[in-house]
Amino acid sequence: MMTGEIVWRIAGGSGDGIDSTSQNFAKALMRSGLHVFTHRHYPSRIRGGHTYVEVRADDQPVRARGDGFNFLLALGDSFARNPKEHAYYGNEQAKPLAENLDDLRDGGVVVYDEGLLDASAIEDFEARAEEHDWHVYPMDLRGMARDQGREVMRNTAGVGVTCALLSYPLEPIEKLMEDRMSGDVLQANLEILEYAAEQADELEHTHDLRMPEGEHDAEQALVSGSNGIAYGAIDEGCRFVAGYPMTPWTEVFTLLSQHLPDMGGIAEQVEDEIAAAALALGASHAGVKSLSGSSGGGFALMSEPLGLAEMTETPLVLVEATRAGPSTGMPTKTEQGDLEHVLYTSQGDSCRVVFAPGNQREAYEQTRLAFELAYDFHLPAIVVYDQKLSGELRNVDAEFFDREPSPDLGKTLTEEELAEAAHYATGTFERFQHDPPEGDGVAPRSIPGQADGRYLASGNEHHPTGHISEDPDNRVAQMDRRMRKLEAIRERLDERESNQERHGAVDATVGVMTYGSNQGTVHEAIDRLVDDGHSVASLSVSDLMPFPEADVREFLDSVETCLVVEMNASGQFRGLVQRELGAYGDILHSLLKYNGEPFEPHEIVEAVEGLGSGDPATASTRYVPAGSD
Amino acid sequence: MSFTPLHQHDDDSDREPTDREAFTPGIEPQATWCPGCGDFGVLKALKGAMGDLGYTPEEVLLVTGIGCSGKLSSYFESYGFHSIHGRSLPVARAAKLANPGLEVVAAGGDGDGYGIGGNHFIHTARENHDMTYIVFNNEIFGLTKGQTSPTSPMGHKSKTQPHGSAKAPIRPLSLSLVGGASYVARTAAVNPNQAQEILKEAIQHDGFAHVDFLTQCPTWNKDAKQYVPYVDVQQSDDYEFDHHDRREASEMMHDVEDALHEGEVLTGRFYHDPDRPSYQQEKREHGDVPEDPLAERYHDDDAEWERSYDLMDAHK
Repeated sequence: MMTGEIVWRIAGGSGDGIDSTSQNFAKALMRSGLHVFTHRHYPSRIRGGHTYVEVRADDQPVRARGDGFNFLLALGDSFARNPKEHAYYGNEQAKPLAENLDDLRDGGVVVYDEGLLDASAIEDFEARAEEHDWHVYPMDLRGMARDQGREVMRNTAGVGVTCALLSYPLEPIEKLMEDRMSGDVLQANLEILEYAAEQADELEHTHDLRMPEGEHDAEQALVSGSNGIAYGAIDEGCRFVAGYPMTPWTEVFTLLSQHLPDMGGIAEQVEDEIAAAALALGASHAGVKSLSGSSGGGFALMSEPLGLAEMTETPLVLVEATRAGPSTGMPTKTEQGDLEHVLYTSQGDSCRVVFAPGNQREAYEQTRLAFELAYDFHLPAIVVYDQKLSGELRNVDAEFFDREPSPDLGKTLTEEELAEAAHYATGTFERFQHDPPEGDGVAPRSIPGQADGRYLASGNEHHPTGHISEDPDNRVAQMDRRMRKLEAIRERLDERESNQERHGAVDATVGVMTYGSNQGTVHEAIDRLVDDGHSVASLSVSDLMPFPEADVREFLDSVETCLVVEMNASGQFRGLVQRELGAYGDILHSLLKYNGEPFEPHEIVEAVEGLGSGDPATASTRYVPAGSD
Repeated sequence: MSFTPLHQHDDDSDREPTDREAFTPGIEPQATWCPGCGDFGVLKALKGAMGDLGYTPEEVLLVTGIGCSGKLSSYFESYGFHSIHGRSLPVARAAKLANPGLEVVAAGGDGDGYGIGGNHFIHTARENHDMTYIVFNNEIFGLTKGQTSPTSPMGHKSKTQPHGSAKAPIRPLSLSLVGGASYVARTAAVNPNQAQEILKEAIQHDGFAHVDFLTQCPTWNKDAKQYVPYVDVQQSDDYEFDHHDRREASEMMHDVEDALHEGEVLTGRFYHDPDRPSYQQEKREHGDVPEDPLAERYHDDDAEWERSYDLMDAHK
């Protein structure tokens, strides 16, 4: 099934440098011409506990985590043996090895740090290794690191062993280390790397895995979904960010906080998420492109400023990096359970734009689009993604990001235009006129400080001047005008290249539909199914509000039956489709996963193959047939 | 350029007084303040202060919360943002950061500012944002028809506290000082002259200026102490303290707040630290805010905008 790909899993305890080691390894592979994709698993604790990162490398583009892995580097959890009395750390010594065996493919390679891990503590390890043809190489990585430099450098020793066992040259790793480190630390790491590689070279190699070779046409950048969002914001002229840390939104917040002040912008870490969104709103009202965001629980607090942005018609861009809920749920595990929350939270009728990018490129593009629409149409735009996409690294052509910035504030009036605009009595600008000339519902705004532009932006229903009004006719006129903006946005989106990506057979009879971060996994599954002769195609939806009715209807009308793939327990996306289209209940089946882990391609393959033949669910997924609740 | 740079007028000192009536809206707002309401006094004092200081309505951004106090932005002509309950401060401070040339005033009530917005109050004071914050303190929830508020006295009976409140009232002056405000004053709607002078000082102050504004509620709080004759502590020899000294100010505020519980109303300027740099100044010194007002950059065709591509090296 798999050709030459390597899926390398490095496992250990949080705080043991698993993340940074895997990122460097992935980048080295990318630089040497391979396509890479990383998948990260970590517990909600600072140090210790079972954590791993997978780096999938291939000479062909990779879009998802894949099914299982074929190379395990088990470093041990150095915090499992914390000697502090009264501190409970549990007996987790064998976990980095024991916990990772279930997904290890037949014929796979295991390297474990025998300086920290005792394989004999795992009851059936030898029997399983024999049964699955695993090739096991115990190495005293900790000892090597200690002898050559410092004990913490056992990660480097593990990478050295990996390279030797996969016949992969050390140069790209060394070059990367030289970029990142200097002095004694660099020297020690280089020595450990080479020493460990030599040790592994001396062993008898019984496996036949080799690192693939590839070549890129253009320079690559290794980016995550969070990187894509942050860079999209920067290029769209966002120079103000306000936030409060929360996993995984923190990744966007941190990146912007580190860059914006040096770019002439402002970053504010504030007292809570209500304040954060209110600050973004205040800055936006004052004429600065601004962003705020959070994850589920923090976004719940932003419900108030979100509605205020709708009513005052102030541009506001928010990011929602979802994780498993309800409430605090599983802070470091992925889920798409906040869909309805993002679409409908806050009192009153929702008048907002919601995008769910499906990959790193879309994260960038749709963040830019969110800004464009928010500032052109004076409403909130939300980019919703999840813990999965937030931390997945993937190579993208670097020149993809080489684009002109757009500091355009959208529909604003100049002072010259304001002097000619409609005013009431002593000079209040009629900002919220019922029938703005262009018919898209957008009444152009002024920026505080502009001559002849003063108005009241009120969260209460208001007259054209902004003054509070409960007049029924005015209410209906204002409501209709605001809702009209969504229709105009839909029209504008329909004129562009669609955000809904179709993939697979041309005249497919079976459809797979998904939204957001599942896109790559679904594409991989579709490719396998098509290769196996199935008549199947997928539609990955990224526009959630206003809903791309024509795109989705066209797709659903083209297939006989459709599997809706999403990461939550109640089928929220399927619910949205049925709510928006009012039909298709008899052909929409659900494949749900909500154990905190993203889908693997085989789960979707099996579900499609099982459609119509009873219950196709795998152990970690749930299948809900068409016509049920 | 279609955006007059406001920061060029940032120095208040050489302004000529403007017509305070310019701050009266041309539209007749819906009447929501009851006859005899103290809020009229705030409005009058604010118009007078702005006029005396020579501002024009275009230069002022008034951000209000919800409640009777929130309607201030309906009666005051300027750029206005009528936000939501308790959230005027975060909206206001971002607008000031974005465009420091704006004269930013935030206003709310005692429920709005000391209750639901308490967190923002403490942090805005702590950061010493350059703005004026007026809290209409009538010791009652007015617009929701007379419930106990954070400043209602202990034992206060209302529909939601039928047995009388068991909570001691909040101490807004002390709280503000401890929070970090660099100007703290209390005035009262029944003394329009003092109110106007205090608001002028607060607006001119470069830092977070908190004015606890006692406003009588003739409908829901008929026995409010605001009807008691007030004493201006600056004009009385009985209250000697150095309002530049944090400790003396703190002690004075403590006494003032105790006195209020007993029915004696002391008003005036209680703390003024002209030397503490505002948040914006601090940030500038840390290299954290741009030299030129950010909002004006969006109107400058010659501005250079860095791109994410410039940052891409770390990812290659």
